[in-house]
Amino acid sequence: MKTFLRLTTIVRPYYLWMALAALIGFATTGSGIGLLVTSGYIIAKASLQPPLGALQLGIIGVRVFGIARGVLRYAERVVSHSTTFRILAKLRLWFYDAIEPLAPARLLYFKSGDLLQRVVDDIQSLENIYTRVLAPPFTALLVSTLMWLLLGTYSLQASLLLLFFHLLAGIAIPLIVITLGKGTQSGIMDLKTDQQVLAIDFLQGIGELKLYGKLPAHLAEMQCNEAKMLRLQHKNACIDGLHESLTGLLMNAAVIAILCALVPTLPKAGTNGIYLTVITFAVMASFEPFLSLPASMKNLEVDVRAGNRLFEILDAKPETAAPPEPASFPENHIIRAENLTFTYPGNHIRSLEKISFTVEPGRHIAIVGPSGAGKSTVTSLLMRFWNLPCGQLSIGGKDIGLFDPEEIRRNIALVSQRTYLFAETIRENLLLAKPDASDDELKDALTAAGLGCFTSRLDEWTGQHGMKLSGGERQRIAIARVLLQKAPIVILDEATANLDPITEKEVTGTLAAICRGNTLIAITHRLKAMERYDRIIVLEKGKISEQGSHDELMRKNGTYRRMWELQHSENPGRENDDA
Amino acid sequence: MNIDRRLFRLIREEKRPFIFSAVSGAAASILLIAQAYCLSRAISGAFIERSGMAGIVPFLGYFALVTLLRMLCNWITHVKAAEGSIVIRERLFGRLVSRIADLGPLYARSISSGRISATMLKGVEALDPYFSSYIPQIFLALFTPLLIVAAILPDDWLSALILLLSAPLIPFFMIVIGKSASAVTEKQWKSMSRMSGQFLDILQGLTTLKLFAQSARQRKSIEETGENFRKATMKVLKIAFLSSLALELVGTIGTAIIAVSIGTRLMENRLSFRQALFVLILTPDFYLPLRQLGTKFHAGMEGVSASKEIFAILEEEIAAAPVRPSVGAENPETGGIVFSGITYAYPGATVPAADSVSFTIPEGRTTALIGPSGAGKSTLINLLLRFLEPSGGCITYKGTPIGEIAPETWHNLISWVPQHPHLFNATLRENILIAMPGASDQMLQNALQDSGLTDVVQSLPRGLDTIIGEQGSRLSGGEAQRVALARAFLKNAPIIVLDEPTSHTDPELEALLRSSMKVLTKERTTLIIAHRLETIRNADRIVVISGGKITGSGTHEELIGTDGFYRHALHLLQEAAA
Repeated sequence: MKTFLRLTTIVRPYYLWMALAALIGFATTGSGIGLLVTSGYIIAKASLQPPLGALQLGIIGVRVFGIARGVLRYAERVVSHSTTFRILAKLRLWFYDAIEPLAPARLLYFKSGDLLQRVVDDIQSLENIYTRVLAPPFTALLVSTLMWLLLGTYSLQASLLLLFFHLLAGIAIPLIVITLGKGTQSGIMDLKTDQQVLAIDFLQGIGELKLYGKLPAHLAEMQCNEAKMLRLQHKNACIDGLHESLTGLLMNAAVIAILCALVPTLPKAGTNGIYLTVITFAVMASFEPFLSLPASMKNLEVDVRAGNRLFEILDAKPETAAPPEPASFPENHIIRAENLTFTYPGNHIRSLEKISFTVEPGRHIAIVGPSGAGKSTVTSLLMRFWNLPCGQLSIGGKDIGLFDPEEIRRNIALVSQRTYLFAETIRENLLLAKPDASDDELKDALTAAGLGCFTSRLDEWTGQHGMKLSGGERQRIAIARVLLQKAPIVILDEATANLDPITEKEVTGTLAAICRGNTLIAITHRLKAMERYDRIIVLEKGKISEQGSHDELMRKNGTYRRMWELQHSENPGRENDDA
Repeated sequence: MNIDRRLFRLIREEKRPFIFSAVSGAAASILLIAQAYCLSRAISGAFIERSGMAGIVPFLGYFALVTLLRMLCNWITHVKAAEGSIVIRERLFGRLVSRIADLGPLYARSISSGRISATMLKGVEALDPYFSSYIPQIFLALFTPLLIVAAILPDDWLSALILLLSAPLIPFFMIVIGKSASAVTEKQWKSMSRMSGQFLDILQGLTTLKLFAQSARQRKSIEETGENFRKATMKVLKIAFLSSLALELVGTIGTAIIAVSIGTRLMENRLSFRQALFVLILTPDFYLPLRQLGTKFHAGMEGVSASKEIFAILEEEIAAAPVRPSVGAENPETGGIVFSGITYAYPGATVPAADSVSFTIPEGRTTALIGPSGAGKSTLINLLLRFLEPSGGCITYKGTPIGEIAPETWHNLISWVPQHPHLFNATLRENILIAMPGASDQMLQNALQDSGLTDVVQSLPRGLDTIIGEQGSRLSGGEAQRVALARAFLKNAPIIVLDEPTSHTDPELEALLRSSMKVLTKERTTLIIAHRLETIRNADRIVVISGGKITGSGTHEELIGTDGFYRHALHLLQEAAA
């Protein structure tokens, strides 16, 4: 209920439009009633053989109502749908606004497919609320009220009878339908989610399923799941049909009841009989708005669920936010970490424990250690993806929390192992780093990054996720971005780890060349050409175990030396003699 | 009229519910006429004949009875049509998935995998309105109006004529509007998928956007795409609304004309009140099924466009294994796996990915396959796993062509450790035990140990019972490959196919894995796509492939003496490792 109310409050700016839609809806149904009533009036009156002029009013009436009904319905639909789609477009934008500050810390536990489903499917399914749930009950209410008043002037008894049947159609039947269908909609949704998971396992894992002889079982499971869902959908269809029939039954029962009430009161002579015909038609037509009621109520279950999923995102609090008066990025950007301790939410093992280090401007630092040692956590904290619960991290002597996170990200360039490329042109992907860069600047950056061949291909599409480019080319695009960004600090987070050894060597060379004047933090577990770093920090299980230059660490005979020897033992001298 | 022949064939396979639905729909139409007759008798009795309650009670009674029966028939019509649709969908779904299964992993994991899953999950469902509403409505839209015309013909032939003449206007408008609608609907679908695509791209790249402090800029493009989508949708809807406006106008104006026409004839006493009332009650019901056909046509159209994707998959060709005399059987005592003259070209490719490739993977030995990327290494693996069927040549195992071995039997002989193994949405335990469902705890622990997973298990929140895969905790690429390795240890199959990781795990782990891989491949017939110097050097036999052709094979010592890719690659690898 709470979710439903919240969903309706979103309508507030469009309140007048929604009211207009309901009013036109009322006028549409009114015209329908008018058409039948005036036609009934014409034949009833005509059967009494009045002068021709007496029918004139009725004849005009049928024409007007006949045309009005169609035109009004068109207008009602256009107004309600265009309002709804405006609301949905706004919701999508809100969703983006809400999700943007959440990345990446708060989105860690959401899959992108799930988020996409929320932003596209869930929002689309809310269409139902705005076009079918809010206005129809209102229209039904207006129509009923009008009918009671009109009928009441003729016969109170008939009016009360109609009220009774309208209440049954408007409240009892929807309640019955909802009770009968309880759980089917959400059951269908659950089964659909299961089916989606099964489908992904099927499509992505066919190879494994075949190799392990599990394909028939998996197919059977999917088929069984589908059958279960179809059974529920069939149940739903039965309920739908039942509702339609019940409303039809009520409509005809109302006709019988009102006839029974009115016929005995009919005077033996006179024109009152005309009303009998007219009222019968009016009663029949007045049930039209009730037909759509239960269908919309039934979908409410789905809509509220969709709403809940949306609010889950809209209500999440971002991990980091800019302070009210952010400090400007200092010229002397010495980075100092003191007693950094960090645990990812939900984990029980600390990722970092009392880490302290200093990076002076212009220095090249390497952070090494086995995977899972907490190397990348240092980056995430520095880039302000996460807040610091304990310890201190400062740039140029100012606590990192004093800066606007965007300011920090502009001044620290990060190249990670997987460069994300948007499904746009190469130019667009480069402009991310410097939106106002000229084509010449882009070409220079590409050339310096070793992608000289791309300078004439700026408008080429990179494909979904940059699939048209090789891993090496993607990392080089990342290098070109760093060049364009002109950030004083560069972090290389396993920047070449995903490349094959040959490409890796080439890319590493380019990187070393372009970082010469910058402060550099390189995170790696491949210990290669370590002499080029001013200092090496060795991380093990979240703690710093050693720190120093390559030579110092080699002399120490500790973890570093062990790692280094392990990695270099795979090339015994014999190879070199052979080659 | 929008009855796709292939869809209609589906109905023919599952006629019964549809016939049932049609019969009960026809009965409901007859009852509708009876209803109108009873009501017109009752009202005219009370109004004209002044027969009072006593005179009309029987008619009201019949009316009540007929109403009850008609609502029952309506319900059955609805339920049976839904049943028919559901039976068809269930069958179609089954066919679709088994066809995808036959087409194999290369098809399912191709670029169009998103489209395939959408077709599987949403496409079949989109067919529902087509079968449950549109098809039954076609019958009702033909039957009910004709029945009504026949019913009023004896009473009032003029009204019957008016109805009959106005009716064709409805299909006429439908066709006119439907034509332009299908073009616009297609456009709307495109703008819908463009919107989804853009959102997915932005969601996945959100961290990147933040890194460049550019996320605010994307807001504008989202706004634009959303606005385009809204406009496209409104365009489709406006056409749908316009068509229902046209249909509705035909109906209401028809009703108005008939009311006036019977009114004037009533005055001239050429028609009784009862007859007039009967006609007037039935007139809206004449137009109703035709109008509903219009709305259901629009709902069904989505199903028809979805069915195109479904049939595209169902009609996708499966390359059958060529039947030919086994070439490799000439040397049965060699054992092992023999590729002889294997040729394969991907559909649409001009150059074959494998061009009469012949080599032997000796029994119980390790053969390393090396070559530059795109040389055809994965193609050979896929052919060996029978995910692809060669267009020429033959692969034999111990002298028997593998095409003659039942696929299940063949797959049972192989352990496969791919570069990107799939983790199922299940617990880690289930993911590993897939290889040997009945394995003891000790065997499982050994497999974990051998594949270097023990530490990973400890770090997971619920250990072996942690859900991994799509909806669970994410394992890294290296960890996923170790899961595949654990599966291979458990499966204990005589043939091992291994795709060595290109990316690096950390060195200590790598050393551990290398030694356990040695254990795994020992005494087993192994084909390994190698990227590492050491792996290559340790192989019993090395096969070099380039451009789909074998450019050299032999032991390390033999190959090092020849000039070519092997020496070049080895040289580069050494340099890179240094």
